[in-house]
Amino acid sequence: MEVVLFAVLAFVAILAALLVVAHRHPVYSALSLVVTMLCIAFLFLLLRSEFLWVIQITVYAGAVMVLFLFVIMLLDLRREERPWHLPEGRLQVGLGVLLALALLAELAVVAVAVRAPASAGAFPPAVVAARGNAQLLGRLLYTEYVLPFELTSVILLVAIVGAIVMAKKRFE
Amino acid sequence: MAVPLPAYLALGAVLFAIGVVGVATRRNVLIIFMSVELMMNAVNLTFVAFASFFQALDGQIFVFFILVVAAAEVAVGLAIIYAIFRHRETVDVTDMNLMKG
Repeated sequence: MEVVLFAVLAFVAILAALLVVAHRHPVYSALSLVVTMLCIAFLFLLLRSEFLWVIQITVYAGAVMVLFLFVIMLLDLRREERPWHLPEGRLQVGLGVLLALALLAELAVVAVAVRAPASAGAFPPAVVAARGNAQLLGRLLYTEYVLPFELTSVILLVAIVGAIVMAKKRFE
Repeated sequence: MAVPLPAYLALGAVLFAIGVVGVATRRNVLIIFMSVELMMNAVNLTFVAFASFFQALDGQIFVFFILVVAAAEVAVGLAIIYAIFRHRETVDVTDMNLMKG
């Protein structure tokens, strides 16, 4: 059952990811990206990380993609992208695909070589099921990872200020 | 767990490679940006898979932080794209050559 679910989700995720890259208009790319992100969210659920499942849907598939769609609609994209079948475009596509395939081959070697550890870690499924994924994550976040957590607030503040400055600024 | 760890890693690798293709071959800066998001999602999937199979939660915490950074990156990046578009009326990266020597 789990294998079937994984296969379906993986297939849809890869298909949607290919559409993100292949579509001419950014709106279709954005909508395909939402599908990919939802598939990844359900893979998180398959891996029993319920909290990240919700966060992935609300933050990534929700907030980030809405922001993308807003900007795509804000920009008046009348000019079409340069067609990729021109000679220079073809070279670029060929080199890009070649680079990606080389990277994929390297990653595949690693993926095949990796073995899951035999010994149980600090949070076996029984413990997580008893305490709840969100509670354990929250405890870890506010104890062991409290410093990085505080730093993320600085990142968000810088992002807010940066976005406002960039959106207001007039280039001379 | 019925699905082995290499299956998740392979899926992450494939999604990451597709993102690389998008960044390397497309010229629309919005689609390049979306491809970067796709690559981040692939890495997140790998993190969660490792966390699940190593029975540790640290990987999930990392995904949490990656998400925050990605959200910040999108906010600033889209603002930059918007500023460039107002200035140059284009989202084609071949036309963005302000820093060309």
